[in-house]
Amino acid sequence: MRFLLKPLTVIAGIALAVCCFVAAGAAQSPAYTGPRTADHKPDLNGIWQAMNTANWDLLPHTAQGGPVVSLGAQGAEPGGLGVVEGGSIPYLPEALKTKAENYKKRFTDDPEIKCYMPGVPRAVYEPFPFQIVQSAKVVMVSYEFAAASRTIFLGTAPTVEESWMGTSAGHWEGDALVVEVTKLIDRTWFDRAGDFHSDALHVTERYTPINHDVMQYEATMTDPKVFSRPWKISMPLYRHLEPNARLMEFRCAEFIEELLYGKFRKKSGS
Amino acid sequence: MQLRTFSFPAIIAMTAAALVAFGQGSAPSAPAKSKVSDPRTPDGRPDLQGIWNTSTVTPMERPRDLAGKEFFASEEEARAYEKVAYNKSESGLNNGIGSYGDLYYEFGTKTVKTRRTSFIFDPPDGRVPALTPTAQAAWDKEQEIRRRRPNGPEDRPTSEQCVAIRTGVPPMTPWAYNSNYRIVQSKNQVAIYIEMIHDVRVIPLDGRPHLPSNIHLWYGDSIGHWEGNTLVVDTTNLSGKTGFYGADENLHVIERFSRLDGDTLLYQFTVDDPSAFTKVWKGELTMSAAPGPIVEYACNEGNYALAGILGGARADDKAEEAARKGK
Repeated sequence: MRFLLKPLTVIAGIALAVCCFVAAGAAQSPAYTGPRTADHKPDLNGIWQAMNTANWDLLPHTAQGGPVVSLGAQGAEPGGLGVVEGGSIPYLPEALKTKAENYKKRFTDDPEIKCYMPGVPRAVYEPFPFQIVQSAKVVMVSYEFAAASRTIFLGTAPTVEESWMGTSAGHWEGDALVVEVTKLIDRTWFDRAGDFHSDALHVTERYTPINHDVMQYEATMTDPKVFSRPWKISMPLYRHLEPNARLMEFRCAEFIEELLYGKFRKKSGS
Repeated sequence: MQLRTFSFPAIIAMTAAALVAFGQGSAPSAPAKSKVSDPRTPDGRPDLQGIWNTSTVTPMERPRDLAGKEFFASEEEARAYEKVAYNKSESGLNNGIGSYGDLYYEFGTKTVKTRRTSFIFDPPDGRVPALTPTAQAAWDKEQEIRRRRPNGPEDRPTSEQCVAIRTGVPPMTPWAYNSNYRIVQSKNQVAIYIEMIHDVRVIPLDGRPHLPSNIHLWYGDSIGHWEGNTLVVDTTNLSGKTGFYGADENLHVIERFSRLDGDTLLYQFTVDDPSAFTKVWKGELTMSAAPGPIVEYACNEGNYALAGILGGARADDKAEEAARKGK
């Protein structure tokens, strides 16, 4: 009996571990079997894009008309079921008021309007593609919107001041690329609905390849100045498969000159 | 290496900073290709990755007083020229209204490592060939617009509009500051991250053709391939609007990146634009390994200066008008 107990305990332990490992695995996704790089990591090189309406509103929303009458259907907002796990963002009471104010002023105050770099995670689900160039030490990400970019350092990121796209330190957890994003300035929004954060925002991103053409994207936002607890968004990202796929330019600084500097234009006859 | 914050007439970047190539104190080696360094990526390609800086006292065109001299004969001669050239660039700075103070500039303190006296080596006089009459007329008109009081943002260079800056548009040549690059390679792509203005050129190596000729992009369409240990990048579909010595939208640039030694890349470029230049011309410069980090250059986000320039122009209009009425 005494001799039997131990092996049984061990076997039970293994059984438990197997059961739960399998269960945890099943709850996420099957193991990645797609192409790998020469250093045996999932090959994320290529052009990706989200296919949802998170950039309009992270939360569930119905379609609605836009602010420019002459643009009609072109300027309207598509509906969507949201990307926030649990369906709500845990704003602190004061922050919830700010969000409501932001929503009222969204057609003038969203930094996206001025072609400002969208920050993280918004750059990922702007309705524009982005391109990954993956080496063993660095993952370079080029976003079409506003020609924004990020260098994800695999390992330690250098210490620099806060910036629009933040500082990204990544590491591989199995086949998932996990990125800790810090030093984000407080001037970006999460969406066109006025969802916002402070300079205390810390984003943990997880890029989990499902197959060569799809990866699951998760971002957990921690910001004790604005939210009562961390909250998470998740969405699939899809690879562009067109043989001639490439990022085009969306250097929107050239499209906002009249908006920002039109008031300084020389009036004819003056 | 140090971090700095900048202000420039048109581009005041929120978080602009730079790593500085000068003052690093490492003695440049002889320009010979003797110190062969051949690092490889995990894919077996020549490894050009890292942070590179191109600030230098060597100009694009050979100075008139160096006519007939393609190279400095010795390290000593190059070092002596560096002192003269650097002092000249410092004393030539406009430190008044409408300019940085000289603390902000990074023109570099050293010649290119090949000891050339100019980037241009073909034609042999080291000067940009004559423009065609049409291109010359366009260039003159553009200079005239730059000199006059701006009517609107489009009268200022694309750099001041935070749209495209020479440091990144091929051929990539150093600017007054922040001439820093990060090269990242995967099997079929090379990314060149350019500090000015947080741009990334992603160059496909998969043999695809160029874009249709009616598509024009600020940074053009670049496709690349390896020739031995040299990365060759072919760029067409450029805008012709970034003020590159009078080049127009027919500009075709071929760039060649190779290793000169362990901490230097040789960057060669061919400029072919038959509607703008009367000859094809070629140049080369060297890219020196730099420690980084490269900090985000948020140009548009921090562009208070363009409003300042245009606001100043309208204030001048007003003052003129008042003076006219007062007479």
